[in-house]
Amino acid sequence: MIDVVMPQMGESIVEGTLTKWLKKPGERVERDEPLFEISTDKVDTEIPAPSSGVLQEVLVEEGKTVGINTVVGRIAEEGGGAAAQPEAAQPEAAAPPAQQPPAAPPPAAQPAAAPPPAPTQAAPPTQPAAPAPAADEEPQQQGPLSPVVRKIARERNIDLNQVKGTGAGGRITKADVEGYGQPQAQQAAQPQPAAPQAAQPQPQAAAAPPPMPRGEQAKTRLEPMSNMRTKIAEHMIMSQRTSAHVTTVHKVDMTKVARIRARQKEQFQAQYGFGLTFLPFVARAAAEALRQFPIVNGSIEGNSIVYHNEINLGIAVALDGGSGLIVPVIRNADEKNVVGLQRAIVDLAARARSRQLKPDEVAGGTFSITNFGSFGSIFATPVINQPQVAILGVGAIEKVPVVVDDAIAIRSVAHLALTFDHRLIDGALADQFVQKVKEVLEGWTDAIL
Amino acid sequence: MRRFEVRDCGRLAYGQAFALQRELVEQRKRGEIPDQLLFVEHPHVITLGRNGHSENLLASEHVLRSSGIQFEETDRGGDITYHGPGQIVGYPIFDLRDWKRDVTAYVRAIEQAIMDTLFGFGIESRREPGATGVWTDKGKICAIGIHISRWVTSHGFALNHTTDLSYFQYIVPCGLSKPVTSIEALGYTMDRAAIQSALVNELSKQFFVGQTSVCSGLQPAFNMERTI
Repeated sequence: MIDVVMPQMGESIVEGTLTKWLKKPGERVERDEPLFEISTDKVDTEIPAPSSGVLQEVLVEEGKTVGINTVVGRIAEEGGGAAAQPEAAQPEAAAPPAQQPPAAPPPAAQPAAAPPPAPTQAAPPTQPAAPAPAADEEPQQQGPLSPVVRKIARERNIDLNQVKGTGAGGRITKADVEGYGQPQAQQAAQPQPAAPQAAQPQPQAAAAPPPMPRGEQAKTRLEPMSNMRTKIAEHMIMSQRTSAHVTTVHKVDMTKVARIRARQKEQFQAQYGFGLTFLPFVARAAAEALRQFPIVNGSIEGNSIVYHNEINLGIAVALDGGSGLIVPVIRNADEKNVVGLQRAIVDLAARARSRQLKPDEVAGGTFSITNFGSFGSIFATPVINQPQVAILGVGAIEKVPVVVDDAIAIRSVAHLALTFDHRLIDGALADQFVQKVKEVLEGWTDAIL
Repeated sequence: MRRFEVRDCGRLAYGQAFALQRELVEQRKRGEIPDQLLFVEHPHVITLGRNGHSENLLASEHVLRSSGIQFEETDRGGDITYHGPGQIVGYPIFDLRDWKRDVTAYVRAIEQAIMDTLFGFGIESRREPGATGVWTDKGKICAIGIHISRWVTSHGFALNHTTDLSYFQYIVPCGLSKPVTSIEALGYTMDRAAIQSALVNELSKQFFVGQTSVCSGLQPAFNMERTI
């Protein structure tokens, strides 16, 4: 007789639902012919027969959920092979169909040679391959214990009989023993929809540390990251790991730009329907400087420098409530004047915040600008937007007293911070680049709006 | 898995698509073809999975017929669902022996690819514990139901693009009484072809070049930067 078992369909899977027998008892089945179907988490899987023969008996009915390695049926081979299938695990049937892991310690597994008992309630075995070591009838421990668990238990003097196992088949995991005595908010990998606070510590032995008093305010709160947050996190670390970040900071006199802006603001609003900020001036100046220093507009590929013939400016946009940020791109920014740049910035920022950007509008940037000054920052050290090699940060523009021709004057001053990838760009070049930006901004005339 | 073929089947009746999948699964098992990804748009049809409960069908077959809706029982996982025009149905025929022999990991990877695709269009989505599929704040946007035979997958996912959501009134989708939504209902206008090509991209990230979703190369999937 060949035992047919519930297969393990993946690492974290401890049970499966038998949905359909494709053969009836007494019917012949060929090896590898689909014998039954199981269902796990919206996946239906056909399971082939382990050998040819006649389906002798069906131990698990359709619709029942059983642990992996549970014998679900038996096939009688031709010639009446008597030997039991070696890997046929513990004969057990009908684990509780509920999704809860067994609350009580599961009865110890039977040795493979034992006669098959009548279907009793048993937990899924913890390990698919090796049969669990047979233990005493007393439910002393919950499945095999890993050396780490034993070690921690010994070190902390923890009675493992008091620890509730949350691993496969109620096995005690490292986290269980480490978290023992502490209020646990989380259940391990079980796919059950456990309400976080529902897990009460098991009844304690007198010597065990008392559970935390109830009603005390939780000190932390767990919340999964949004997809965007996960992506930002990945990208930041990837960037820090990729580039040799260096930031250089220059002071720029924005007085001329401020005057032009003050003079043109209202006319701008009336003529174009949007206001005039400092950002398009900086973008315009950066585009000029990028044209003069194309390497700052480049990227690295292997051991090659990629020079991009287009100047595509990424503009960092903060999304509402700190929910994230996105960097839409102004294509061919060097071909646009201040009006065109301002229009593009207003449009992209509005659509970024209403999540209406198209994928190609956030791709293909060759250089980025971040305007942290609008939040009051004097200067910051931005992280490079890979695979670019530099990012320009614009600090807050403030009126300050400065010395001009040995006299004190009031000027509008901003700090420009350029973070550059020192793999490709040396400090001298980075400073020449920022000097060029500064020169354009300080020498602005009305003619080039 | 190194390579997969994408076939856009256009509008195709459920039964025909099912037959096509069966044929391709057999060919895939025999190693005659590489992995396949089919894109299909079904005419109105309600399908019931092997595990399905027919009580989740809220309309009689007569009502369905008079509304021009087919009803099919099928061998995928999951309960009852609706397919129709405006929905992007994807059927990956992948041999998981070349990837991971893990059905749960497979479903999670499909979900991840859908979420990453939506994210590329600015739509936040997530998983719901115990409810396979992809969810947004406004409801379920993508249903998943899979069949596996000898580790070759069939059936797949159904992403609501411009689906007429009123058709879901005939069923309790997947046996869950939660709302359904679509890309259009969330206020996004997008090209079907653009979504399909993004799906191809994200599925290949999940199944064909390892698990990393970090952007690299000259065309980063997303441009991100600190501050502001």
